[in-house]
Amino acid sequence: MAEKKFEKGKMVPVPSHSIIPERDLDKSPILECSHLGIDFGGLTAVNEFNITVGRTEIAGLIGPNGAGKTTVFNLLTKVYQPTRGTILLDGLDTHGKTPAQINRMGIARTFQNIRLFNNLSVEDNVKIGLHNQEKYSMFSGILRLPKYWRQEKAAHERALELLSIFDMQDLADHQAGSLPYGAQRRLEIVRALATNPSLLLLDEPAAGMNPSETAELMENIVKIRDTFQIAIMLIEHDMSLVMGICEGICVLNFGQIIAKGTAEEIQSNPTVIEAYLGKQQ
Amino acid sequence: MNKLTKKIKGLKKTTKVDFATYLGVILAFVLFSVLRDAGVLNRSITGMLVPICAYIVMAVSLNLTVGILGELSLGHAGFMSVGAFSGVIASQSLQAAIPSAPARLAIAILVGAVFAAIAGTIVGIPVLRLQGDYLAIVTLAFGEIIKELINCLLVGYDSNGLHMAFNLDGSLTINDIGMEPGGMAIIKGAQGATGTETIASFTAGFILIMITLVIVLNLVRSRAGRAIMALRDNRIAAESVGINVTKYKMMAFVTSAALAGAAGALYGLNYSNLAASKFSFDTSILVLVYVVLGGLGNMWGSIIAAAVLYFLPEALRQFADFRMLVYAIVLILVMLATNSEQLKTLAGRVLPKRKGAAHNG
Amino acid sequence: MEFLSYLISGISLGSVYAIIALGYTMVYGIAKMLNFAHGDVIMVGGYISICATSYLELPGWLSVLLAMAVCTVLGVVIEGLAYKPLRQATSLAVLITAIGVSYFLQNAALLIWGASPKGFTPIIPATNAQGEPNALPLFGGQVSISYISLLTMGACIIIMLALTFFTGQTKLGKAMRACSEDKGAAQLMGINVNRTISVTFAIGSALAAVAGVLLCSFTTSLMPTTGSMPGIKAFTAAVFGGIGSIPGAFLGGVLLGIIESLAKAYISTQLANAILFAVLIIVLLVKPSGLLGKYVPEKV
Repeated sequence: MAEKKFEKGKMVPVPSHSIIPERDLDKSPILECSHLGIDFGGLTAVNEFNITVGRTEIAGLIGPNGAGKTTVFNLLTKVYQPTRGTILLDGLDTHGKTPAQINRMGIARTFQNIRLFNNLSVEDNVKIGLHNQEKYSMFSGILRLPKYWRQEKAAHERALELLSIFDMQDLADHQAGSLPYGAQRRLEIVRALATNPSLLLLDEPAAGMNPSETAELMENIVKIRDTFQIAIMLIEHDMSLVMGICEGICVLNFGQIIAKGTAEEIQSNPTVIEAYLGKQQ
Repeated sequence: MNKLTKKIKGLKKTTKVDFATYLGVILAFVLFSVLRDAGVLNRSITGMLVPICAYIVMAVSLNLTVGILGELSLGHAGFMSVGAFSGVIASQSLQAAIPSAPARLAIAILVGAVFAAIAGTIVGIPVLRLQGDYLAIVTLAFGEIIKELINCLLVGYDSNGLHMAFNLDGSLTINDIGMEPGGMAIIKGAQGATGTETIASFTAGFILIMITLVIVLNLVRSRAGRAIMALRDNRIAAESVGINVTKYKMMAFVTSAALAGAAGALYGLNYSNLAASKFSFDTSILVLVYVVLGGLGNMWGSIIAAAVLYFLPEALRQFADFRMLVYAIVLILVMLATNSEQLKTLAGRVLPKRKGAAHNG
Repeated sequence: MEFLSYLISGISLGSVYAIIALGYTMVYGIAKMLNFAHGDVIMVGGYISICATSYLELPGWLSVLLAMAVCTVLGVVIEGLAYKPLRQATSLAVLITAIGVSYFLQNAALLIWGASPKGFTPIIPATNAQGEPNALPLFGGQVSISYISLLTMGACIIIMLALTFFTGQTKLGKAMRACSEDKGAAQLMGINVNRTISVTFAIGSALAAVAGVLLCSFTTSLMPTTGSMPGIKAFTAAVFGGIGSIPGAFLGGVLLGIIESLAKAYISTQLANAILFAVLIIVLLVKPSGLLGKYVPEKV
């Protein structure tokens, strides 16, 4: 398969081997993309994107600016509808679903440019993440029936519990928009986790963080994977983070996958080096 | 007693604000009832009590759309109009069946709310697909359409029930709708509702305000309310956490329309003559001014702004012909004083800084 | 033939809407605000013209120039006093301020000129001194176009072409486009944003004055509230054609006039405005950014 593509004149051999870590090998993958692609008015932004992510894998998506990394996230969460290809989440086709339905199917994400509910409290931001796990109706809410009190109490406790992952429970009453930058990024992760996802997409989680904050974030990402037993896919420019915690890495350039593999494989791949540093004379 | 004060201190800030709002409304009602019964209030003020109640409900309900959902609606008076005229029709045609005025008023308000909710659904489906100023201009368009449609409506009631006709080309009159000679005309086209039995009361207005507050405040503090505010703050993020955009936008918009309909029914049953032109674009704007001056998402602010600004032209009576001019100047100055950057920085230097605590409405 | 005469009156009414809409779309494009006071500037323009002809006994064309001058100053003053301090404020705050300005202008007019309608002498009277109609007969006299209609249509087309040239070719026009796109970036490129916005308001208000005189020439009467409905309709026209687009405002205005005229003639006088707004709603549902507008999706 890989050789065939190479022969067809593609510059880059696409490795057919999965980057799923060993502990997930006997399980079906959480995410399978095949031949995924999107065009914007004749311009191909992403093409032939094939990837498989394991149940508890931490996968990295890297590439130079403008490579189409965030577009891939937007395709996975259906902010954009793909022009080509299929996305299987836990074996289910996500064709024609809305972003909200995708979230209910199990994908949660954060955004490159932080998108919090700025006028609401930190706790309410997390509670909005818990929205689909609370089940009382509008009328129970207006009439404050026992169901309302029960579920609101549970949501309150759950929200504080989730905030404690990043040690933010004391900030619960603060306005989300008034938090410092790093705390906003962490809150976005907590909010995404609150939706009870099986795949978490993090778009540049370490952007704007100093090295010690980044180190802490790395620990926390691994901790989240271990406690929630979920898959995490992240876009990041900080190579120490990517190489430090990602089990499988996928490199994107001009909307095409140019390499897939483990950290060592990627670091020594000449195509990747060329994409980042340019061709050596 | 000590236990109670402790309990109050332990409450969330929003809960305290809500309780204070309810308490304030109750106290104001008691105060004005006592003053009225003591004969202290002059006739022009007692005549304003019911319309003030109606406009308070209008302002609180519009605040749900503008402040909580974050969509600018310029056609809120349209829903008030639907509620007013359906309420008047219900009340007039049930005169014989339900002699008790308070019971009939309650039914009329309910009918007004239901019809306005239906109108809200019809308007909401197309409108909520648009965004920003486009949405605003379409709500304005719907408000004007509703006004013109009601302007053409002829309704009468006799022993055979309701008779209705639609006066498209202006050639029909109330006598052309097939009523028995003794029938009662309820709505006469551009003349509007005439000969309505005025059964609205201050007490009913107070109860309606309390019900509105319970609905709006409890909705805002519930799961659904958080979803609505999430849409306001960041639609894309709200979708990404699984919130159904259409469902919650419609929920807020239709609830808001229904409450405006209830306010309309109360208002309509306060006057024996009422024309559809009363509920024009200007009325929508008037209510919007209450909402913005009271503070977006701030319900007690809406209540105070509606009451004070409805009363203001009356208070400016001493300025005679100049009173609307003074009103306009006051409005501009208040907006400049509360929103101008230069004034804010000036105030920031003089006044102590406020902590950035969260407030959600 | 009857249809043709309705069409002609629709186009001439539409041309008035188009002139107002052209001003509105310029102001909206740069200030991003629903300027509800715009309609009242039209009304002021009408009154100034009346005063010029009846008290100062100026000829019609001079009264138009005077109205334009006064409205230009008025527009710049309104912008400087009421809108400029609110540059950083929310759009709703500016909207309410605009409503305040609208109330102010209406009530000031009420105090100065009174509530009762004032008769307006059209700048080209319907009949000339010999009692013949001031109109151009077509098809052997079966249909005629009054000179005032021709003047309106001509003015509208000239204004549209001039604005297209101005925003596309001149330095100031390009600065306006830059400001409407991104004020911060425009400022960094050395554009005086405040001055550019003032000039835009001046142009918009001057056009409102022209429209006011022409509108009153058709309706032949004037009240303090005369401007508000045409103001709303012109904004509708601007949205209809795609807000921010100059040919769009022209197209929207003319179409709106035609729809209104034909709806009045063939469907219902009472529901003419309702039909007009219903068409607007349908157009926006099919094309959410108007006929010639560009849809810019939010970037994630």
